Amino acid sequence: MIPGMFDYFAPSTLEEATRLLEQHGPDAKLLAGGHSLIPLMKLRLAAPRVLVDLNGVAGLAGIEERDGHLRIGAMTRHAQLEASELISDRYPLIADAAAVIADPLVRNRGTIGGSLAHADPAGDLASVMTALRAELVVVGPRRERTIPIDDFLVGLFTTALEPNEVLSEVRVPSPNGGSGGAYVKLERKVGDFATVAIAVQLTVRDGTCDEAGIALTSVGPTNLRARQAEDSLRGGSLDEQSLRAAADLAAQEAQPAADLRGSEEYKRDMVRVLTLRALRRALERATR
Amino acid sequence: MTLRTSPEIGGMGHSLKRKEDARFIRGQGKYVDDVKLPGMLYLDIVRSPYAHANIKSINTEKALAVPGVLAVITGETLKEYNLHWMPTLMSDTQMVLPVEKVMYVAQEVAAVVATSRYAAADGVEAVEVEYEPLPVVVDPFKALEPDAPVLRTDKEGKTDNRIFHWEAGDKAATERAFAEADVTVKQDIYLPRILVASMETCGCVADFNATTGKLTIWMTSQAPHAHRTVFALVAGHVGLSEEKIQVIAPDLGGGFGGKVPIYPGYVIAIAATVVTGHPIKWIEDRTENLQADSFARDYHMTAEIAAKKDGTMTGLRIKALADHGYTDAATQPSQFPAGMFSICTGSYDFPQAFAEVDGVYTNKPPGGIAYRCSFRVTEAVHALERMVDILADELSMDPAELRLKNFIKPEAFPYRSILGWEYDSGNYEGALKLALETIGYDDLLKEQVEKRARGELMGIGICSFTEVVGAGPSKHFDILGLKMFDGAEIRVHPTGKATARFGTKSQGQGHETTYAQIIAEELGIPAEHILVEEGDTDTAPYGLGTYASRSTPVAGAAAAIASRKIRDKARKIAAHLLDTNEDDLEWEPGKFSVKGSPTLSKTIQEIAFAAYTNFPEGMEPGLEAVSYYDPPNLTFPFGSYICVVDIDKGTGEVKIRRFLAVDDCGNIINPMIVEGQIHGGLTMGLAPALFEELVYDENGTPLNGNFMDYLLPTAMETPKWETAKTTTPSPHHPLGAKGVGESATVGAPPAIVNAVVDALSHLGVRHIDIPMTPDKVWALLREHGVTE
Ligand SMILES: Cc1cc2nc3c(=O)[nH]c(=O)nc-3n(C[C@H](O)[C@H](O)[C@H](O)COP(=O)(O)OP(=O)(O)OC[C@H]3O[C@@H](n4cnc5c(N)ncnc54)[C@H](O)[C@@H]3O)c2cc1C
Repeated sequence: MIPGMFDYFAPSTLEEATRLLEQHGPDAKLLAGGHSLIPLMKLRLAAPRVLVDLNGVAGLAGIEERDGHLRIGAMTRHAQLEASELISDRYPLIADAAAVIADPLVRNRGTIGGSLAHADPAGDLASVMTALRAELVVVGPRRERTIPIDDFLVGLFTTALEPNEVLSEVRVPSPNGGSGGAYVKLERKVGDFATVAIAVQLTVRDGTCDEAGIALTSVGPTNLRARQAEDSLRGGSLDEQSLRAAADLAAQEAQPAADLRGSEEYKRDMVRVLTLRALRRALERATR
Repeated sequence: MTLRTSPEIGGMGHSLKRKEDARFIRGQGKYVDDVKLPGMLYLDIVRSPYAHANIKSINTEKALAVPGVLAVITGETLKEYNLHWMPTLMSDTQMVLPVEKVMYVAQEVAAVVATSRYAAADGVEAVEVEYEPLPVVVDPFKALEPDAPVLRTDKEGKTDNRIFHWEAGDKAATERAFAEADVTVKQDIYLPRILVASMETCGCVADFNATTGKLTIWMTSQAPHAHRTVFALVAGHVGLSEEKIQVIAPDLGGGFGGKVPIYPGYVIAIAATVVTGHPIKWIEDRTENLQADSFARDYHMTAEIAAKKDGTMTGLRIKALADHGYTDAATQPSQFPAGMFSICTGSYDFPQAFAEVDGVYTNKPPGGIAYRCSFRVTEAVHALERMVDILADELSMDPAELRLKNFIKPEAFPYRSILGWEYDSGNYEGALKLALETIGYDDLLKEQVEKRARGELMGIGICSFTEVVGAGPSKHFDILGLKMFDGAEIRVHPTGKATARFGTKSQGQGHETTYAQIIAEELGIPAEHILVEEGDTDTAPYGLGTYASRSTPVAGAAAAIASRKIRDKARKIAAHLLDTNEDDLEWEPGKFSVKGSPTLSKTIQEIAFAAYTNFPEGMEPGLEAVSYYDPPNLTFPFGSYICVVDIDKGTGEVKIRRFLAVDDCGNIINPMIVEGQIHGGLTMGLAPALFEELVYDENGTPLNGNFMDYLLPTAMETPKWETAKTTTPSPHHPLGAKGVGESATVGAPPAIVNAVVDALSHLGVRHIDIPMTPDKVWALLREHGVTE
């Protein structure tokens, strides 16, 4: 539990950070909250030769709603999401999830940018952002680009980020009336990664489902969008029967693997049970 | 118990705040890792990735080239001094560092000494070891099959993997009881391997002074004296001499039995300080602590009860297989290889019983009974209390009623069990009746009927356990021949304040407070003015240490007896001061007065001063005493626990709604500390019931040797514990006390399992092995057609 040797840089601007990344290439790693990276280094599963610390970079943290989007700076801590009134009022799905990521110690340090860039399929926020159809703003030494979440999450611990790019902001479309979301997580104990967790965002207009976002945590190589489940709801009425049907579809779409948290069958059934619970809660919030 | 002392004196029964907490809550405890000595070097250990492999070569060249690395120690290095093997506390043998082969994943292979902790870790990574994998034995049943590879090839003539076979009871008579029974029930029960996981890992700072020949070792030790003697015995031939070995156990961050074994790391650190002449610090990291250190349980049992139709239990039979890993490094001092397992008749008056246990070697870390288990009582109680519920189910009888019917009756004490224990005192029906009434058992039963009708899953579980602690009488208990007594030495100073030293070692139990209270009770000196010291072999009287809930039963008794010796002398001095006869004096805590003339009195403080200034002619000055207490018998705490659970049909999650613990540990020294011990113990009982299990794959690799996956409950998972008590003093203990540290760990798991099984019993479920994880419960629910 002692990391190997590394060099450490603490830039104060984004330009400096990308320059350092450019200079050191794949040997360098960005350091955000450190709650995924440092454990890997202590176990010597990761051994970056250079750490570029984002904690001193100005302007990377913050939550605001502007021009039809909620904008969350990459260095915003999970605890800040949890405490934000704007989020608990208007984005209950994010609030639900922020409150069940790890424990308060991790939430005080861990960042949304780090969580998304780490691309652990057990991460909670990637599912949340998938259900919300977020876009990510990414800054490189020469250009800035915006990537939809579905394109950003490439595979297990893999994203569309280039080694010289920094994720700077997460953009979530602001909800119109009739929207509601919920995050339901099954964990073995507080502080644990999800056995299965489900993010749901629903928009209801005149009793029919206008838009549905459903994403699954911990049951595939990435956080999965349950596309068929979403499609089954869109344009229909949200009665118990259609919710159950959608939950069944989500369970079929899941790609769980057996591990210490349970068998494949267990996890698949948990996708069903939790999707149903999340849909009910989201619907209740959307129609309140 | 009525209070005999004022709150100012703070004797037995007062909930004194713990003296030690002032430093602990300020972060001013001094632990082994806080020891920093000039010139100190750091040791880190290369560990095996294989569960069974020959070591073909160890190349240290690259490691020695790492900046800061000074030395690499291997088995070959130690072999030169004949220190590569050492005895375990069970008189088995254990490698310090291997010469030929490794026997479990995470076994010590070599050690790196460096100028910093970081350099040492870099050195460890650079040591190159070439292994030749050998067939691995993980399953203890397979270990006993005739074609299983023999693991202990070091033992000449050993042809199998059996460590011992042990039996208790009359086999034939028990067979007859089963043959004649109206009903019999039988169940396989497995208690998985679980870990101590104390907050502080193990480690030491070893400092050898070549000039004086003195070795000082600060170590995470629950038994400093026993450890010093073992070091002297093991390393005597290389010049370590017992009077020049000082073991200091400073503050310990939990022990629970995990700091009783002597781990190779300590011995390597000692070798390293002797060889380098520098102080050596070795502190395990969490992964090492979880993957290599001593463990508990890993017990496979088949249990059976024979009974009459009316529920009278007539026979008990248990067969068990104990997986000890590659060597029997259990830390239990009884002369029985399976510890106190024969307490398995528990709280019930069984006319016949038979128990047999086989100990087995496998390619897993060594150990067997560390961790708050009272030397296999946990296993025995789990099997029995499960079986009683299974019998109740078979007979369609209420489990409380079945227990009440079969309890040993209060008037039967002292009670001799069929397997040979002499229970000192008990009132089992008293405890269970109090528990039933306090929790509102009848209302809960009604609620359960209503819930079942609605398809909801609710269960009520009972466990009425008997513990056996206070090891132990010298005829049955020793560690490598050292009898299991314990010592107390009390010195009353001229101003009437006292210093008391003990051979035990608190790891969180609060000895600095409770021992002071015992002495306050006996001498009337305020507890606040009694300084308790433990853990330094240069100053403390000999004793076998703190584990298995033995400190109060053994060292606590020594404290009382040493105090009484002082009181006897104080009486003589008082008689001298009051110019009267000893027989004319009356004692109340804190003073002697002349019978019938209460104004003529001398306080203990006045007497203490006189002991140094004005003692009778012919009397030795001073006011001190030492006592070594060899207990005449063990003590038998007991209790009845009731647990109420609700189960989530969708996910299989178990939620403990209520848990009531009625404990009886005899007379209580400090009620607050006892409650704290029970709360902690209950949480440590909850843990294996619902969360803990160390899992190995078929290669013997631990799959969850870290806190991400080895699950310990937090405050969030822990229910609100409800506690109550009855008091049945021990007749043979000088204070009537019994010991309480492990009662709750022993009693809680079966209560929780019984509740969960009860919630599912209408579906036909009779047993669940712990931990009862959501996926396991879910599988049972779906198997019986229950879903959300
Ligand atoms: C005990 C524990 C329990 C946890 N439980 C959960 C849980 O239940 N749910 C959950 O979702 N998470 C959990 N986590 C993970 C936690 O949320 C992490 O903090 C988070 O995943 C990573 O964020 P970080 O800021 O700590 O990133 P870091 O560890 O600093 O970095 C992670 C990776 O992302 C890269 N990176 C960081 N920021 C950026 C950026 N702005 N642009 C590009 N790359 C970047 C780093 O280079 C690194 O590769 C847990 C962590 C711990 C230690």
